[in-house]
Amino acid sequence: MNAIDSLYFIRSEIFLFGALLAVLIFDFFVQEKKWLGILAFISIVIAFLISPNTFPNTGLFFNYFVLDPFTFFFKSVAYLTIALTILSSLVYKNISEKFKGELYVLLLAMGPLLTIMSGVTNLLMIFIAIESVSLTSYLLVGFQTFDKRSSEASLKYVLFGAVSTALMLFGMSLLFGSTGTIELSKIGLYLSHAPAFQSIILLGMIFLLIGVGFKISMVPFHMWAPDVYQGAPTPVAAFLTVAPKALGFAVLARILYVAFPFFVSKWSHLLSILAILTMTFGNVIAISQTDVKRLLAYSSIAQAGYILVGFATPGLFGLQAVLIYITAYLFTNLGAFFTVLAIERNLETNQIDSYNGLSERAPLLALSLTIFLLSLAGIPPLAGFIGKIYIFSAAVKTHSIALALAIAINSAMAAYYYFKIVKAMYLSKAQNTERFTNPLPIKIVVTAALLGTFLIGLFPVHFIKIVEQSLAGFAIF
Amino acid sequence: MTMPILSWLVFLPLAGMFLILLTPHSQERLIRLIATIITAIVLLLSLKLLASFDLTSGQIQFQERTLWIPQLNVYYHLGVDGISILMIFATALLSFLACLASYGIKERVKEYFALYLLLVTGMMGTFLALDLFLFYIFWEVVLVPMYFLIGIWGGPRKEYAAIKFFLYTLSGSMFMLIGILALYFNSNPHTFNLLELAHNQFTFHFQQILFLAFFLGFAIKVPVFPFHTWLPDAHVEAPTPISVLLAGVLLKMGTYGFFRISYPLFPIAAKWFGPFMGILAVIGIIYGGFVAFAQTDFKKMVAYSSVSHMGFVLLGLAVFTKTGFNGAMLQMFNHAMITGALFLLVGVLYDRAHTRDLDSFGGIWVKMPVYGAILIYISLASLGLPSLAGFVSEFMVLLGSFPVYRWMTMASCVGILLAAAYLLYMVQRVLLGKLNPKWTSISDMNKLEIFTLVPLMILILLIGIYPMAALQFLTPTMTALLQILGGSPA
Repeated sequence: MNAIDSLYFIRSEIFLFGALLAVLIFDFFVQEKKWLGILAFISIVIAFLISPNTFPNTGLFFNYFVLDPFTFFFKSVAYLTIALTILSSLVYKNISEKFKGELYVLLLAMGPLLTIMSGVTNLLMIFIAIESVSLTSYLLVGFQTFDKRSSEASLKYVLFGAVSTALMLFGMSLLFGSTGTIELSKIGLYLSHAPAFQSIILLGMIFLLIGVGFKISMVPFHMWAPDVYQGAPTPVAAFLTVAPKALGFAVLARILYVAFPFFVSKWSHLLSILAILTMTFGNVIAISQTDVKRLLAYSSIAQAGYILVGFATPGLFGLQAVLIYITAYLFTNLGAFFTVLAIERNLETNQIDSYNGLSERAPLLALSLTIFLLSLAGIPPLAGFIGKIYIFSAAVKTHSIALALAIAINSAMAAYYYFKIVKAMYLSKAQNTERFTNPLPIKIVVTAALLGTFLIGLFPVHFIKIVEQSLAGFAIF
Repeated sequence: MTMPILSWLVFLPLAGMFLILLTPHSQERLIRLIATIITAIVLLLSLKLLASFDLTSGQIQFQERTLWIPQLNVYYHLGVDGISILMIFATALLSFLACLASYGIKERVKEYFALYLLLVTGMMGTFLALDLFLFYIFWEVVLVPMYFLIGIWGGPRKEYAAIKFFLYTLSGSMFMLIGILALYFNSNPHTFNLLELAHNQFTFHFQQILFLAFFLGFAIKVPVFPFHTWLPDAHVEAPTPISVLLAGVLLKMGTYGFFRISYPLFPIAAKWFGPFMGILAVIGIIYGGFVAFAQTDFKKMVAYSSVSHMGFVLLGLAVFTKTGFNGAMLQMFNHAMITGALFLLVGVLYDRAHTRDLDSFGGIWVKMPVYGAILIYISLASLGLPSLAGFVSEFMVLLGSFPVYRWMTMASCVGILLAAAYLLYMVQRVLLGKLNPKWTSISDMNKLEIFTLVPLMILILLIGIYPMAALQFLTPTMTALLQILGGSPA
């Protein structure tokens, strides 16, 4: 499809682009930045509502971008995360008001960028999408230039990101050199004829996976993640642990299933090992953490390990598991970060010790955080349990006993550190009995996350159906 | 349409929990009243269930079945048969009595009773679920309130005990979850339905692996030696009513799992593992007895006596005879009554003396005549005095296992001897001898405490004299189960 016809299908992205320019301009005049936030929130909602309800048969922009149910699923994930993050930033105190306009602009910019990332069809677009999302992420982490911790985190993020981008580009050059095309589907076609240079193509694939592995904080490319998630402002950390990560998995799915179905035995073995390493590493290090945000950072590395299991067990069921886990993780992890944000507002620290006796000072927040942590630990009947069941099933279905055992052991380990926080809140005594105050936006975002966590857990039917429909057009080998 | 009585049993406590959550937390009396009324209704419902239970049928009764997650073929499926009926009644009865015994809880009353009712829902659901997915959910739901109930209202080392309990059980259940999913993917058509799964013929090797996976989950819960180390910690630290439920109901979930899942689904592997289970049972019986004998903490002694007595259940399970199975099921019920009563009695004493050190008592009978009488009565039931309940079930287990494992049976008799030793030694140290001057002002049991024990005492006597009162519920189901297993009908 040519560029002019394609514009119709990306109208919500165009709208968002306009909205972000508007917010940027208003930022110069408007004193009360919260109106900018509300404007940004309304625009993202409108952008979502005006999304096209039909999917074109062919790729957009001369097949540089594909809009299919799979893209739409990840677009929804991205928009939902952005919307909730904007709401939660409205009342976040550790970003000074004058910078908030920039925060909203950057978050709005993430909408179109992440959508592009979910619909990539060739190596060039993968590079552009990942790179632009990464650049925006660096800015989101470090835009408060006076804050030393977040500047350090941002710098670390940039350096690690630059190295992995270089490796990824090198991999792409190998792929282009040996196959003569940058289109994922043509690489797949080329490989189906059992061509020469297979080992170089394999090497190219591995370098490409490194670039994506960086985005999804896969061990051993995770080193940036704990510092970044801890150093970033809490709403940004919430956003980064969910949306760019989920989209990283979307790109991974496109690469593996479109370009490399003929290497399936190779990448599934490789990813099995990396999945086990990622979840084990994340969980083991999380145990000894004393800062809640850092603990959740390591936990999110471990969660990425669970999601990778869905890739290590190739097939439709594995991909379903990935999408379902991401949906569950979206509500649960956002919820956990939002409650931490609300607690941070009142305590001005994130140390686990300072959570002591929270169940008496803020009973509802403590209960919500407990529910999110239980869901992360995979306790039924919450969303995390449905995700974990699917991941477990994917492993058992493909007879990957090692993976299943690794998940089992890791789940028990993870329960230990999640319960460290629960223990502080419920079992330890409070030093001070001052009650918390929570403004409306916090209540809204926590309630939304709670609703998602419970609904997916109790009535998974509809969510599974959505996932099945999202994968309907996806070519599985 | 008839009333879905099983769903009421499961969800009435949950509704009660929400009711309590909506009550302001200063209204402590109202909260207690709600919890009491809810558990009382549950008890009445379970009595109604007993009364309308068809004694001639070995099949599942009162089935309720609704599709829940079509993509995974998961059903909301409840039902009751001879394996579960007595456990339902025991759960309902102990929940009600332990609720009365919870009136002593003075802090964070609202949270306590809310979690308590959630626990009741979990326990009921575990015994009623016939869909493995649902079973697993209820099994896990039990863990969470238990963690808080031990961790918030427990003794000095409550935090350690609570997380140890949680992690032990969770590790076990993770392996069980793998087992459940392996069953699902290897059944044709894919199903979590226990009744349909029982029609699948799995290969011997597959059965062995899955039996082990489920064994880990169940053995930790029972607990079978060497997985028992969480039990003394949890029991010692838990508040009295929670100890009652822990010993009376939660431990039974493990042995129930063998009857409900492992045996019907993996009959060949079960027979193959029988001797090993027998050995573990005998070790548990003797080891538990000796360790109980050495305790100076009253509660710890009762906790280890549970390890010993649950060994008899395992022994009965290991022999594949009708007498052995009936004995094991009956022992589950009797142990729930007897140990429940013992923990209540420990609680009565602890509330007054604030110590459980057996050596610090002595001569208390003079001051607490009613307490002394009840304690002796329950101790005699626990050590297996004929005409009380404990005797019947342990005798049946031994009778059933003698033709199969002669030496193991003889070794297990040592356990009965040990039970007599540690229980009578305990009675001697607490009730007899010279009155320790510290306790001159100790008061006897009040009416509420007596009321919580009387139903248990009546049941213990009833089953001791007329065991058919309980056995009639079990026999048809056990006969059907043995047919699947191909065991001897003796």
